[in-house]
Amino acid sequence: MNAEQPTIPRIWVFVEQQEHQVHPVSWELLGAAKRLSADLPGSVVEAVLPGHQVADLAPQAFQYGASRVYVIDNPVLEIYRNLPYAVAVSRLVTEYRPEIFLIGATTLGRDLAGSIATRVGTGLTADCTELSIDPANHILAATRPTFGGNLMATILCRRHRPQMATVRPRVLPMPEPVPDATGEVVNVPFNMREEDVPVKRLRLIRAKEQPNIEYADVIVAGGRGVGGPEGFALLQELADALGGMVAASRPVVDAGWLDASRQVGQTGKTVRPKLYIAAGISGAVQHRVGMSGADVILAINTDPNAPIFQIATLGIVGDLYEVIPALIRQVKGQSYDGQAHL
Amino acid sequence: MHAVVAIKQVPDTSNVRIDPETGTLIREGVPAIVNPYDIHAVEAAVQLKERVGGGQVTVITMGPPKAAEALLECVEQGADRAILISDRKFGGADTLATSYVLARAIEVINAELPVDIIFFGKQAIDGDTAQVGPGVATRLNIPLITYAVAIEEFDLAARRAVVHRRVEQGIEVLETTLPVLLTVEKEIAPVRHAPLPRLIAAARYQPEVWTATSPVPFDPQQIGLKGSPTVVGKAYTPAPRSGGEVISVAALGLDAVVARAMAVIEQAHIRNLQPVTGVVS
Repeated sequence: MNAEQPTIPRIWVFVEQQEHQVHPVSWELLGAAKRLSADLPGSVVEAVLPGHQVADLAPQAFQYGASRVYVIDNPVLEIYRNLPYAVAVSRLVTEYRPEIFLIGATTLGRDLAGSIATRVGTGLTADCTELSIDPANHILAATRPTFGGNLMATILCRRHRPQMATVRPRVLPMPEPVPDATGEVVNVPFNMREEDVPVKRLRLIRAKEQPNIEYADVIVAGGRGVGGPEGFALLQELADALGGMVAASRPVVDAGWLDASRQVGQTGKTVRPKLYIAAGISGAVQHRVGMSGADVILAINTDPNAPIFQIATLGIVGDLYEVIPALIRQVKGQSYDGQAHL
Repeated sequence: MHAVVAIKQVPDTSNVRIDPETGTLIREGVPAIVNPYDIHAVEAAVQLKERVGGGQVTVITMGPPKAAEALLECVEQGADRAILISDRKFGGADTLATSYVLARAIEVINAELPVDIIFFGKQAIDGDTAQVGPGVATRLNIPLITYAVAIEEFDLAARRAVVHRRVEQGIEVLETTLPVLLTVEKEIAPVRHAPLPRLIAAARYQPEVWTATSPVPFDPQQIGLKGSPTVVGKAYTPAPRSGGEVISVAALGLDAVVARAMAVIEQAHIRNLQPVTGVVS
């Protein structure tokens, strides 16, 4: 055990890095941890950074709010694999006994979080959309959608520690970094050897197209009402004119019109663009949970009763093949200087 | 080859409705289905058995007595043995308690006939946690490969497999020792229609029922509510984001509608867009 006072409530954030790039959800979580810390007397915000030769990323964690970064450096951690990461992080949890531990609900984070929670024997709440401290007993209140977004449940973990939660990218706002913030680096020894790891990566087949719709400022999304894959060329033209990206609702992806990486919603991605244009999307709850964080929603649908209109800043009842070409003309006429970044 | 598949019967969430009066979930009349990802997990196990020239596929589920229906669907698909783990004492289990029960059951199944591979769907559509598969692999201390989309090699003699998994950057190709636990995407195996002899076999099949005490004495401290660190504090229907005006092209004409749309686009302040930063490449 460490010699430090074990009673300091530590709020931990897992810093996810791959190929030396930190996933921005890690900073979003540090922002959330800072807010939780304000409601948890005496608490500190700290980051856990496993990898190989990643210590130079620690200053970024300080800028986003960590006062201390635990760097776990070992060649077996160079490429993410479940076992070495789960063992390394679980050991650290057992040693420092954090009060709260937040992990991004990415592919990596979802793979890892359940393994850590099981090793440590604690509770884990997946895909939270809201985190707060219950003022009565100072425990984490982790709220998440369930039953396909039809119901919100606030989950508590009363007696087990840490209280673990995952949050999807873009559910929480990105905090402003504090450029001159500093903190303490704790180098954590970890001595697993490669021959102890039962899984090897043979190769990575990189996807040709990796649209990152989660972080787009403008999204033009199409649904079943677009009618077919050809229609997305028109949505792409509007997206290009606005400097945005094309996305889709689930039926479009199920029909094979667009790749699953562009799907918004419960089983796709969560987005929070400044502008979300929903064309031919009826707006089932499963879709809305993925995009209701947009600043401005413009919906176009032929059906005046489409549920998307209940949340749209402006709803247009009409044919998208009439409205969108007219919008493209207007947008291009106003010479937006946005850049396409597909 | 012995494959174990863990499945879950779930309410068809695409049919879940909210009572507008009470704001609560209407569960009555919502059809119970086999979790869609689990159907592909069963199919993957059955196809793997065919590929290696034989073996056994065992399907397990923890759930109410009604979940036996879901097991029978898996027998139709080609599962050889089906076990329903059902007892009121399991009620209220969170993912930690669920992973304990499934892992313990698989240990017992493994002692009878060694298990080479375990399949889970990538997540269940009711809870969407994706936590139980990783929890079971951790408890069994075997390799875990989540989001599996293909089994490139499966070598029982050499005790190794090569599995493709979907990650944000593309497809990761992993070599693993056996036994291994996979959580699968739908692409792992397309679902085929069950042939008539399978349907007949399933009609006669009775799933085994395991309770909390027999034939396996589960640790009462680790099951149900007692074994679950998390509790639901409160549940409520999400407050809808309130919408604004709805206008129609038919009523106002295209020019007026587009002018309003442009005014709304202006509100988003997207001029002078910066390239997206902080994106994982």
